Amino acid sequence: MSLLEVRNLTTAFQTGRGEITAVEDVSFDLNEGEILGIVGESGSGKSVTALTIMGLLPRPPARVATGSVHFAGENLTNLSDSRMQHIRGPGIAMVFQEPMTSLNPVFTIGDQIMETIAAHERLPQRALFARAVEMLEKVGIASAATRMADYPHQLSGGQRQRVMLAIALVCRPKLLIADEPTTALDVTIQAQILDLLLDLRDEFGMAIMLITHNMGVIAETADRVIVMYAGRIVEEAPVATLFDSPRHPYTRGLLECVPSLITERDRLIAIPGTLPEPIRRPPGCRFAPRCRFAQPDCAAGIPPLLRLAPGHTAACIHIPEQ
Amino acid sequence: MTAPEEIRQSPFNVTLRRLMHHRLFLLGLGLVSIVAIAALLAPWIAPVDPNKLAMRFKFRPPDGDFIFGTDNFGRSLWSRVIWGARLSMFIGSAVVLINAVCGTAIGAAAGYFRRLDNILMRFNDALMAFPAVLLAIAVTAVLGPSVNDVIIALGIVYTPRTARIVRSSVIVLREMEYVQAAVAAGAGHWRILRRHILPNAMAPLIVQLSFLFAYAVLTEATLSFLGVGAVPPTPTWGNIMAEGRQYMIDAPWIIAIPGVALMITVLGLNLLGDGLRDVLDPRLRIQS
Repeated sequence: MSLLEVRNLTTAFQTGRGEITAVEDVSFDLNEGEILGIVGESGSGKSVTALTIMGLLPRPPARVATGSVHFAGENLTNLSDSRMQHIRGPGIAMVFQEPMTSLNPVFTIGDQIMETIAAHERLPQRALFARAVEMLEKVGIASAATRMADYPHQLSGGQRQRVMLAIALVCRPKLLIADEPTTALDVTIQAQILDLLLDLRDEFGMAIMLITHNMGVIAETADRVIVMYAGRIVEEAPVATLFDSPRHPYTRGLLECVPSLITERDRLIAIPGTLPEPIRRPPGCRFAPRCRFAQPDCAAGIPPLLRLAPGHTAACIHIPEQ
Repeated sequence: MTAPEEIRQSPFNVTLRRLMHHRLFLLGLGLVSIVAIAALLAPWIAPVDPNKLAMRFKFRPPDGDFIFGTDNFGRSLWSRVIWGARLSMFIGSAVVLINAVCGTAIGAAAGYFRRLDNILMRFNDALMAFPAVLLAIAVTAVLGPSVNDVIIALGIVYTPRTARIVRSSVIVLREMEYVQAAVAAGAGHWRILRRHILPNAMAPLIVQLSFLFAYAVLTEATLSFLGVGAVPPTPTWGNIMAEGRQYMIDAPWIIAIPGVALMITVLGLNLLGDGLRDVLDPRLRIQS
């Protein structure tokens, strides 16, 4: 049994123009200690998937229309609020994209880390402090004991993201969801944070669900990759397979957008068009209007995920011919 | 801009230092302090019973014997005004306290729990639709004219305003990423409200409460002037002015002195509030 099992998950939002599905029929597994990358454009449903797993979407307007999320054998989609509270933190923790606004400006970072421990464990003040300092050292904050008294505005973006990681990991979660953890950071800092994530995974043995739109981040860190488009999974593969032989035209398009030093190209090949609005999704394959291999029968029905090799699936009915 | 030496200081110290450089705030603080100290020291600096009648001294203008003169019953105006300050300050503080507690509770509940929002805020709107003085008169008419009842009446009148301010801060703060991060780290509603939302909602609340103190003092004076506040001969500024009104031509000091005291208090509190607003909530500052 996997640590996290998502089955046929559909998350819908009630809007003024009717109900839209942000995530549709998404299934995947995540094993202990594994890093699963989820890639896709903005609006492809990556973050909504993560927030659904965490139970952080406001209901209404959001609701889990179908499917289930099993974490360590427990179905999270119908848990009580108080039970979910105990899962968040020691079970599943999350780091967000924006380290500048994810810390409370009126408390010191030490307070905020100790606060998180105190929410789940009864410990004397001294033990809380020691645990927080230890965690700050683990995420690479120098002279951690004195930095405990710092306020968020005294830290750089990279340091804040380290503090966010410390807050997320201080309860030793089994699963860490990182929603674009490096997007807001400088490139050099991005690499440091990703290295740190890998180190922490090795040390704590937690699984990581890494959400990003950056193929480079995926290549460096993930073990397995899921590519999402317009709310659905279009391809899933081990990271090496995905980069060596991407099968879905969308994945191929995404990889062609990445500049490379090895193969010389005059221009990057962009995918024409934009992601369809959820209310105006085309019939059949949602990528067909932007796909250079599209055939008339692509509009006939939503293509199912086809198994191409062990661990490699893609949702395109024309894969054999490409 | 943040000065470099402010970087390693707690927000409280930074705020305090900025306040100490705000001239109008200091002036307001000075005026309010004068009134507050006079109120606190009333038994010592005004030992004469403010209700002691001495008909042979009636209508004495301010002089060496009677610093503020005497009224139509020969009562020492100095004593009456100082003891009036004591009452005004007491009523103002009590109303602010009631507002801070009830307004924060109602506002936080309405802002944080969407389901409560409509019920609480429509009730709030209904209360705010009444003119403050009229509503206060209505409440004192039901409860009776005593100092405690005036406090309750003013508490009811002004709590909706405080609740509204707190609610709007909470609605903004509820959507902040650090609140979501706290939820993601397994914090419960109470912890999130207490640790993440309310501390960040304090700045506009403190500003509001300082103005509210001024309104409470002013409205209390209005109520007793109209004869629906604390019953005479209780020495409130409003009562003294109401009695002095008949002798305005012959003994103008009777109405003027409590009037000036009231003005100093309200002006001081407003300057104090402006200063707090400039420092705590710079976005609201009027561009000069």
